[in-house]
Amino acid sequence: MSATPNLRMGQEPEPWIEPGHSYASVTDKISSAVLTRPVGIGWLAGFALTFSIVMVLFLAVAYLFAKGVGIWGINIPIGWGFAIVNFVWWIGIGHAGTLISAILYLLNQKWRTSINRFAEAMTLFAVACAGLFPLLHTGRPWMAYYMLPYPSTMGIWPQFRSPLIWDVFAVSTYATVSLVFWFIGLIPDLATLRDRAKKKWQQMIFGMLSMGWRGSARHWHRYQSAYLLLAGLATPLVLSVHTVVSFDFAVGIVPGWHTTIFPPYFVAGAIYSGFAMVLTLAIPMRAAYGMQDFITRRHLEQCAKVMLATGLIVAYGYFFEFFLSFYSGNKFDLFLTHQRLHGPYAPYYYALLLCNILTPQLLWIRKVRRNIAALFVISLVINTGMWLERFVIVVISLTRDFMPSAWGRYSATVWDYATLAGTLGLFTMLIFLFVRGLPAIAISEMRELVHQESHGNGGHQ
Amino acid sequence: MSEKRSQLFGVMGEFSTPEDLVAATKKVREAGYKHIEAYTPFPVEGLAEAVGFKWTAVPLLTLLGGIAGGVGGFGLEYWVSAITYPENIGGRPLNSWVAFIPVTFEMTVLGASLVAAISMLALNKLPQPYHPVFNVERFALASTDKFFLCIEARDAKFNLAEASKLLQSLHAEHINEVKDEE
Repeated sequence: MSATPNLRMGQEPEPWIEPGHSYASVTDKISSAVLTRPVGIGWLAGFALTFSIVMVLFLAVAYLFAKGVGIWGINIPIGWGFAIVNFVWWIGIGHAGTLISAILYLLNQKWRTSINRFAEAMTLFAVACAGLFPLLHTGRPWMAYYMLPYPSTMGIWPQFRSPLIWDVFAVSTYATVSLVFWFIGLIPDLATLRDRAKKKWQQMIFGMLSMGWRGSARHWHRYQSAYLLLAGLATPLVLSVHTVVSFDFAVGIVPGWHTTIFPPYFVAGAIYSGFAMVLTLAIPMRAAYGMQDFITRRHLEQCAKVMLATGLIVAYGYFFEFFLSFYSGNKFDLFLTHQRLHGPYAPYYYALLLCNILTPQLLWIRKVRRNIAALFVISLVINTGMWLERFVIVVISLTRDFMPSAWGRYSATVWDYATLAGTLGLFTMLIFLFVRGLPAIAISEMRELVHQESHGNGGHQ
Repeated sequence: MSEKRSQLFGVMGEFSTPEDLVAATKKVREAGYKHIEAYTPFPVEGLAEAVGFKWTAVPLLTLLGGIAGGVGGFGLEYWVSAITYPENIGGRPLNSWVAFIPVTFEMTVLGASLVAAISMLALNKLPQPYHPVFNVERFALASTDKFFLCIEARDAKFNLAEASKLLQSLHAEHINEVKDEE
C-alpha cells in the first residue's frame, strides 16, 4: 500500500482510528463481539421485535400466494404500485455498500475500512429484500424461472430486448458479485475467529468457513490481486444496476419516465439513500457495541458529505425534469409536471422536496455534520424522501398518462403496507444476526490501518 | 487408530513487526533458501517479493473469465433472438445488438468476478483444512499480531540446526519445529 496523503485534506489531522490501538487490540475488540460477548437483553429484544415483523411478512406473503396480487392496491392503469416502489428503493439502498467497498477502495480512501464490512452486509440484505418484490409481483412466483433463458419444452425464450429481462440479469449479477466480494473479504477474518474461538462448535464453523486460510505471503498476494479486480469489476457493475433499473422506466414512453436523465439521477439517488441507510445503521451499532474508536465522528461526517453531494445531484435531477417538461413543450410532460404540483398526489411531491432537497442542506453546517443525533434524524428523513421519490415516479405517471379515459387513482392496501413493513423487519433482523454472527468490521483491514497510521503519523520513514 | 508418524515440515521463526519479518525474509533468501513462506495477519508490502513470489495468474484468468462471460452472454442473445426463436416484430432487425449490450455487460462482469474469486481460492489451494503450520501452537497468533517465517524441510539446503541458527541470528522471538503428522 502506498502511503495516502489523506491528512492534508482535513483542517485538523484527526485520525481514522482513535490512538492507542494495536493489532491485538483491534482484533480483540471486534472479534469479541462475535465470540465472547454474552447475548444482551437489548439484542434479544431487538431480535424478537424484528423477528415478529418477519412473521407479518410471512403472513402477507402467504395470503398473497393464496389470493393473488388482487389483495394489493394495484389495478389497471396502476399495475406497478408498492411492489416496484419498494423494489427500486431497496435496491438503491444496497448501492452505498458497493460504493464504499469498491469505489472507495479503488480511490484508496482509508475511511472505508471500518464501515465497508457492514455496508456490504447491508447491500446483501437490501438486495434480498428488493429481489422479493418483483418475484411477488409476478403473481405466480413459482414460475419466476420463466424469466431465465433455459431450454424449455415449450421452445420459448426470453425477450432480450426488454429492460425487464436486463433487470433480471443486472440484479442477479449484482447479488452474486456482492456476495462473492463480501465473502472473499471475510475469509481472513473468519480465520482470525477460528484461531481465537474457544468453543468447539465455533472453531468448527469458522474453521470450515475460513477454508484453511493461513495468511501466507503467497495467499495474500493472490488475495489482494483478486480483491482489487473484484473492486474494479464491482464499480461499473454498481453504476450499471441502477441504470438498468432506471431503463425499466426510461425506455417506456410514459410521461415523466421517458427521459435520458434517469440513469445518472437514479444512480445518484441510490447512493444518496444508501449512505442515509449506512448512517441509520452505523449510529446505533457503534453505540451498542462500543465501536466509537473505529467508526469515529469523522467517518460519520464523511458519510454526511457524500450524502450532501449526491443529494445535490438528485436535486439537479428534479430541477431538470421540471425544466425539460417546459423546454420540450410536450403537452403530456407539461401536464405531468402540473399534476405533480397540483394533482391528487401533490402532497407526496412536496414532502419529497422537503425531505430530499431542503433537509440535506443542513449538512452544509459543520456542527450538524458532527452532531450524531442530528445525522441520525436526517438519515431517516432522507430514507423516507427517497421512498417518496419512487412513489411519485411510479404512481403519478401511471395515474396520469395520455388519455383521460386511462386515468385512475392508486391507494395501497393493508397488505401493501404489511409487505413493506415486513421487509423492513427482515432487513433489520438480518442485521441483528449479522452483528452477532460475523465480524461487523473488517479486522485484517483494521490491522493494516493501524500499521499505516502508526507509520504515516509516527514518522518512521 | 495407528500411531502417528510425524516428519519434519520445517522450522518457523516468530517476529513482532512486519518490518522485522521482511528484513529477515530477505536475509534468509540471500542465504540461499528457496522454499520459504511468510505468514502475516494482514498483507505486508514487499513480502511476496521477499519470499520469491512474483507472478500470479489471477488477473489473466479474470480477463479470460470476463471475455468468456461477455462472448457467452452476447452469443446466447444472438442465438436466441436471431436463430432459434426469431420474432418478426414490424420487420425490425433480429440481431438488434444495441439492445443486447446490458446483458452482455452483466455477463462479462459476472464471468470475470466468479473467475477472480474462484481462481484466487484454487491457486491458493483452498479449501485446505489441514496444513502442518497449524501444528505450531503459537501459529494461532498469525491471524492476530505475530509475523512468522517458515523455512521448509523440502529445501535442498535445509538442515534443522543451521536453519534454526539462521533464524536465531535474525532475532526471531520464538523458534519452533513444524511437524507434519500423517
